[in-house]
Amino acid sequence: MENSKMEVVLLACGSFNPITNMHLRLFELAKDYMNGTGKYKVIKGIISPVGDAYKKKGLISAHHRVIMAELATKSSEWVEVDTWESLQKEWVETAKVLRHHQEKLEAGSCDHQQDSPVRGRPGQKRKWAEQRQDFSQKKSLEPKTKDVPKVKLLCGADLLESFGVPNLWKSEDITQIVGDYGLVCITRAGNDAQKFIYESDALWQHRNNIHLVNEWITNDISSTKIRRALRRGQSIRYLVPDLVQEYIEKHDLYSCESEERNVGVILAPLQRNTAEANS
Amino acid sequence: MKSRIPVVLLACGSFNPITNMHLRLFEVARDHLHQTGLYQVIGGIISPVNDNYRKKDLVAAHHRVAMARLALQTSDWVRVDPWESEQVQWMETVKVLRHHHSELLRSLPQTEGPDHGRVGSTARTAGPELKLLCGADVLKTFQTPNLWKDAHVQEIVEKFGIVCVSRTGHNPKEYISGSPILHRYRHNIHLAREPVQNELSSTYVRQALSQGHSVKYLLPDAVIAYIKDHNLYTRDSS
Repeated sequence: MENSKMEVVLLACGSFNPITNMHLRLFELAKDYMNGTGKYKVIKGIISPVGDAYKKKGLISAHHRVIMAELATKSSEWVEVDTWESLQKEWVETAKVLRHHQEKLEAGSCDHQQDSPVRGRPGQKRKWAEQRQDFSQKKSLEPKTKDVPKVKLLCGADLLESFGVPNLWKSEDITQIVGDYGLVCITRAGNDAQKFIYESDALWQHRNNIHLVNEWITNDISSTKIRRALRRGQSIRYLVPDLVQEYIEKHDLYSCESEERNVGVILAPLQRNTAEANS
Repeated sequence: MKSRIPVVLLACGSFNPITNMHLRLFEVARDHLHQTGLYQVIGGIISPVNDNYRKKDLVAAHHRVAMARLALQTSDWVRVDPWESEQVQWMETVKVLRHHHSELLRSLPQTEGPDHGRVGSTARTAGPELKLLCGADVLKTFQTPNLWKDAHVQEIVEKFGIVCVSRTGHNPKEYISGSPILHRYRHNIHLAREPVQNELSSTYVRQALSQGHSVKYLLPDAVIAYIKDHNLYTRDSS
């Protein structure tokens, strides 16, 4: 019986500027890996594009980034887009986004399903409704958290290693992320990632909650390269889903001008953490 | 205004199955040729190899053709041509090139007075060229003893030309300088750089499928659905 498996929701935070086939692959690789351990059952994937207040160079409006992510996940039966983070006025720390989604799961609510503009995927709705039923049944039998799915942060090795960038992350957030939630990290350079974990007390302490998934083939479709190709009039077909490529073309989203956005502006986490350190 | 030479790109291979990487080859090659200012790419052809090539794990040609067709449904310039796969015997690449080139010439309007408006004002413009499109790994195979006939290699680079897309772990300039024939016709070998490093291969896809792993976003959804419907590349089918 599958009750012994921990249900997992994979949450990916990021700019998705734009979303690419590589982002989408992360979900597939993570799901296959986690399911393959026999201990987990991945039930959902969530893409949470960062808000405009992040102030990253070249970041175009969240409105477009969300729509592109939705177009990209149209054909997915289990990955969807959540707009909560992108709608906040201020930038939100990743640990808070994780907490938001974990609390939502614990409340057993379907609110986000109704808010999401992407409706009409009957398969997905049915699955969610069934789970909701399970929750309420289980709730009446025995209290709680044992059966609530757990949110884990899905990322590439670059995010893991960004933990080392001064003032980018609060140390208590890092501890919370790996301690309370967990990381599923897709990487080509497993040894480097392991070394990084080894060299950090916080990560080392929670190493059992950090799942390193090996990506055997290089798949280097970064958003930066996509934007560069677009500026140079080069094709991005087959690097991003067709619907995303068409949307970008139709709205002429990326240009030399768009790449200059936020130039000279300090990235929100750096600004916030430096200010707090100085206060 | 100097008129550009019209070019059709021909990719031969197993396409077992076709992947996003194969589809990218065409995009990268077209961009490259256009950037030279000398060429106008007017079409692309995928020519899956004949079953008699007898490569390990090669699924039946009609499947490979069908999958390529599905993959190219949304392409407005590349198509699949089953001619090579329908021949009785396996045939050398140069023969496939010859066939498609003569087909290309035959399909041109015979009368004077052009055509597409982009190819200049003279009545008889440069005939379209058919170039072999391949990854750098194929360029390397020219060195493999007995795999290619020297006369064929020469004909390919001299009469047709190659557009070679870079691939991780391969150094095409080395392959060219290491072969007298390739070196002599190096002006006809266009090295296109794929800015996005991608080690995706059909082998990887087949392996993933046989292990029951997801291959979504590595090849078009329509091809994945076809593979599933026809039970191809499962652990038992090899």
